[in-house]
Amino acid sequence: MEPTTTSYLVLAALLFGIGATGLMIRRNPLVMFMCIELMLNAVNLTFVALATRFSDIDGQTAVFFVMVVAAAEVVVGLGIIISIMRRRPGATVDDLAELKG
Amino acid sequence: MPEQFIAPSIDWFALSPYLVMVAGALGLLVVGALTPRWPRGLYSLVSALTATSAGVLAVFIWNDVAEMGPGTLVGGALSHDAFAQFVTIAVCAATALVALVTDAEVRGTVLEGPEIHALLLTAATGAMVMGASNDLIVLFLGLETLSLALYVLAASERTAAGQEAGMKYFILGGLASAVFLYGIALLYGGARSTNLGEIVARFQSTVALERNDSLVLAGLALLIVGLGFKVAAAPFHVWSPDVYQGAPTHVTAFMASVGKAAAFAAMLRVLVIALPFHRDDWRPVIWVLAIASLVIGSTLAVVQTDVKRMLAFSSVSHAGFLLVGVEAAGHRAGEQISGDGLESVLVYLALYSVLVVGTFSIVAVVSRHAGGSTDISVFAGLGRRRPVLALALTILLLAQAGVPLTSGFVAKWGVIQSAVAERSYAIAIIAMVSAVIAAFLYLRIMVSAWLADPSEVEPEPVPAMTGVAIALAAAVTLVVGVYPELLLGWTDAVSNFAR
Repeated sequence: MEPTTTSYLVLAALLFGIGATGLMIRRNPLVMFMCIELMLNAVNLTFVALATRFSDIDGQTAVFFVMVVAAAEVVVGLGIIISIMRRRPGATVDDLAELKG
Repeated sequence: MPEQFIAPSIDWFALSPYLVMVAGALGLLVVGALTPRWPRGLYSLVSALTATSAGVLAVFIWNDVAEMGPGTLVGGALSHDAFAQFVTIAVCAATALVALVTDAEVRGTVLEGPEIHALLLTAATGAMVMGASNDLIVLFLGLETLSLALYVLAASERTAAGQEAGMKYFILGGLASAVFLYGIALLYGGARSTNLGEIVARFQSTVALERNDSLVLAGLALLIVGLGFKVAAAPFHVWSPDVYQGAPTHVTAFMASVGKAAAFAAMLRVLVIALPFHRDDWRPVIWVLAIASLVIGSTLAVVQTDVKRMLAFSSVSHAGFLLVGVEAAGHRAGEQISGDGLESVLVYLALYSVLVVGTFSIVAVVSRHAGGSTDISVFAGLGRRRPVLALALTILLLAQAGVPLTSGFVAKWGVIQSAVAERSYAIAIIAMVSAVIAAFLYLRIMVSAWLADPSEVEPEPVPAMTGVAIALAAAVTLVVGVYPELLLGWTDAVSNFAR
């Protein structure tokens, strides 16, 4: 069976769902961060599949912008995670529970 | 044969506010890195001046728009209309005030230097782009420029609370951005374009152009969730109390003013301007979000004991008021006579931005003196120690509560009036009841400042530039409150937007 646009869209939705679920159940900041990246790349797959279907360049251009944004997000995210790990090695997000009320 | 690439014509003057902000940020970084430490306060002054000049340029562009009519820029990527200039002016005003306050907050720490101001200006540029975007991808880029700079700013203070705030903001902000982006992708799948003008044209056209309504609706739902996170509307507000409390106070002021203004401008662009043909689908959702924000924001604010947390919940309730205006704008979105909803939301944003920066500046002054504590007890006896500061705090808190003769009343009156004009009586009544509940919270801070026993502490020093920022914010609050026509006389133009 030939894969259709719909198959790609369903795959992307599954990947997005896996990313969102992982973000909610995992406690390691690095793994949570990887889940966000997975969600962004699922969106990229959606854009590419739709752009191919429409033979339209706009969707593919969007992917480049998203890749740049994801790279910038890695820089900021790793910076924050490293600054936390230096202070408290092996910290999970459950240890970050000082602010509440 | 490949098509010839034709570069779009660029109206450099119309882009000048963005260019000034980016040039200011880069200039601060490069010159700041090559020269020895500047005299105290100069970094703040330069960044405040940069923001002010960008705002003044936006006023000139406003006049151009008024003469020539709205249009688009850079091949339809940005709008050239009064809406965009209004958001730019509000963002620049709030940024300039925050830049003044930042000086005293970072003095003597490792953060003293050009970097924090470069980040403020970059974030403000992102906010301005969000307000002017005419393409969903440009909107996303503006959102990320704002958010990434804000994550760094939130985590900038190397305390446990600051890092926790940064991490929480980053994870939840990243989730919101991904959801928002997925919404853009699905909307692109449904409407075959990310350009707001082309999306509207596809719905408007009398010729049945191919489109997929189920993808549009799914995209719309994801966009509302993503925007709901960014504006901190209940039930997507859970990050905001922790982040507002943990982040350095000047950053909290920036988040509450510029962050909220940009997110609401983006919401108006997406819902009212791009998707007026689905208004009956999104309006009920906004209705529910508005009521949830009003009720949750004002009731949970009352039980807090930390002033920054109280103000975080109060900001959720302000988001509820703004959503009342968005809901009102949804009744006749896309029609010739579209009502006052959009205008009332923008006026609310501008006035709220100024007064929230003033409020947080006073919190910054008081809590710095109390060793960083923001518990309500540190405000006890402020009226005896610093009567003028306590008076400014009173004015700003009365404005947050929406008392007449302050700008907060003008803002709240505008949204409630536009809701009543659309016969949304239920939402207007709930908004007014929740304003009464929220007034209790502001009164608690005021009672503590004026009536509590004076504690045996020295009067807190008020740094000159912070004092100027507080005085400006309080003055705007009073002047607009007494003479609202000064502002309302020229805000009619904002509903004449381009797409």
